[in-house]
Amino acid sequence: MLEFSILLPAILNGLTIGAIYALIALGLTLIYGVLHIINFAHGSLLMLALYGVFFLHSLFGIDPYLALPVAAVALFGIGYGLQRFIIGRASHGKDENILLVTLGLSVIIENLALYLWRSDTRTIETPYSFEVLDFGVAFIPVPKAVAFVGALLVAALLWLLMTRTDLGRAIRALARERQGARLVGINVEHIFAMSFGIGCACLGVAACLLLPSFYVSPQVGHAFVLVAFTVVVLGGMGSFVGALLGGLIIGVTESLGGLFLGESLGQLGIFLIFIIVLLFRPTGLLGQKA
Amino acid sequence: MIKTPRVSRRHFLAGTAVAAGMAGFPAILKAQPRTIKVGILHPVTGPLAPSGQQCRLGAKLAIDTINANGGIASMGGAKLEPIYADAQSKPDVGAAEVEKLNEAGATAIIGPFASGIALATTQAAAKHGIPHIVDVGVVDQVVTRGLTNTFRFGPGLNKIVDSAIQNLVALNTQAGKPAKTVMIVHEESAFGAGMAKTLNEKLPGMGFEVLETIAHANPTRDFNNIALKIKGRNPDLLIPSNYYNEFVLLARTLRQQKIRPKAIYSILGGAASQYRFVQEFPDAAEFIMDCNHWFDPRNPVALELKKKVEAEKAFFSYEVFLNYECVRLLADALERAKSSDRAAITHALASSGWSNHFMPYGPTKFVNGQNEGAAPVNTQILQKDIKVIFPKDFANAKPVFPAPRA
Repeated sequence: MLEFSILLPAILNGLTIGAIYALIALGLTLIYGVLHIINFAHGSLLMLALYGVFFLHSLFGIDPYLALPVAAVALFGIGYGLQRFIIGRASHGKDENILLVTLGLSVIIENLALYLWRSDTRTIETPYSFEVLDFGVAFIPVPKAVAFVGALLVAALLWLLMTRTDLGRAIRALARERQGARLVGINVEHIFAMSFGIGCACLGVAACLLLPSFYVSPQVGHAFVLVAFTVVVLGGMGSFVGALLGGLIIGVTESLGGLFLGESLGQLGIFLIFIIVLLFRPTGLLGQKA
Repeated sequence: MIKTPRVSRRHFLAGTAVAAGMAGFPAILKAQPRTIKVGILHPVTGPLAPSGQQCRLGAKLAIDTINANGGIASMGGAKLEPIYADAQSKPDVGAAEVEKLNEAGATAIIGPFASGIALATTQAAAKHGIPHIVDVGVVDQVVTRGLTNTFRFGPGLNKIVDSAIQNLVALNTQAGKPAKTVMIVHEESAFGAGMAKTLNEKLPGMGFEVLETIAHANPTRDFNNIALKIKGRNPDLLIPSNYYNEFVLLARTLRQQKIRPKAIYSILGGAASQYRFVQEFPDAAEFIMDCNHWFDPRNPVALELKKKVEAEKAFFSYEVFLNYECVRLLADALERAKSSDRAAITHALASSGWSNHFMPYGPTKFVNGQNEGAAPVNTQILQKDIKVIFPKDFANAKPVFPAPRA
């Protein structure tokens, strides 16, 4: 029999881990949900970002939270370059080619990481790694609370970007009608690359918020990429609020699933809720019909 | 059109000169020491790569040392030539790599770290009669299938679990039996699940009540729920059996949630006997105990090797020193076999009584391929170092049990 003293902390914990999923999915929802680029290299790029933050901390003593602007800008640059010079050119805009190119990129990035940094698991310890917020019924680790707030802020920023800026309008126009967008003077290749770059910048932010409580290894992306795709589809393709909501739902589902079904079976809950939601809302929670 | 091979005058003269030279100086050519090809097979990519790469490092250091010291004396100073192979963390790839090593003329194989891969590689090596020294691969079936080519230098799972329980009982009795209840947290594959099953069978008979056994997936991204359950049941002892990443996340979460059982007593703990863990999380690691593979901490050769490994900016983990010793075990067999013939090496290994190692074992004695002299030890992380606390003959520290609450 589960007591309230366990149930409530489990829900709170689910929300914090869900915020991490949402952070990773926010970039993906822009790339995958809006532009329909199936980016299989998303996990590998997250890994690259984590290594970047790790080395900034271990070599120069830069705190992961202070490294946030650097990581975001660096990942934006990498993302922009990848889309503009590799993915866009090599795939010729065809969906099946994009799939193969991003899959190939992920293999190359992972193996490069393996070659350069070996496959050791690396972690960092910060002064706040073991700090907790005491809510009476539950202890919430400080890094997870920060990640939760960070996910909300990033979702809000992306929403503002998409609805209140020319860039956002251009991205939306491009997602809806590529030829039309080109005809009204939008530089399609540049906007695609900008979107990809922004999606990757989200990974830079996610890496800064994740590393104080997690680890990095060349394979670390695998732990998150499938769940991030699930969150994007569950929340509704292209919806930032949906990705946030989807992430939180998946986090709480995983947490409660672990509590009721056992830790190894608990992850089944993620796919169970995914199927149930899509049965009743095929476009996802906040997705719009095409 | 078929071309008739033509030999030019210049080629003919050069060939004649070489032939004459060879006929004139046969003794010089024969004096060149031969090389002995050794297959070094580990999972150096895939999820097990961190361990596999450590394994390869240990084997490489041993081969370099043996070669630098003059090679195999009984074979005219023959040098060991490693052929590195990658099992990619998959048993079927491991077996395929054995085929390649056979083609390449490997006289013996050392590896492949994981039990699942070892079951496949030893079987594949048996087909070609290649002697296979298993470095870690603790699952007992590795040496119970009657394969005459298989030799496991380290102890098997049953022996490790038996020793762990025996030592735990002794530890608890010495301290006035403060521990009565236990929770087990294990990873869900054959290694962790097998361990949990054995512990559930044996612990109740030893005066311990198992409150709950929790399995978790690999990878597990978050251990807060498990920590909550542990907090709710408040066991005296926590016994974790998992791989490095999950062990680290579990230990960090326990620390964050301020959960301090009387002891964290791990068996083949993924991180509990790893200097990396101690160095990166000294506070979370302090007082954690482990029953695992370890070296004799008083042996100067082991300490010298530790320094050498650390000088290479690597950690002196059991993967490193077990592989180092497996290569030396093979070198000892080669010295006695005086031949690189596979059957002769197999025979020499089967009759091995090697005692010049730095493990806390007796002389090697293989019975059905298992080194009966092998044994695990108990370690405890004390003041940012890993100390041996059991058995007394090899101990370099006294156990701290129960762990201080503060």
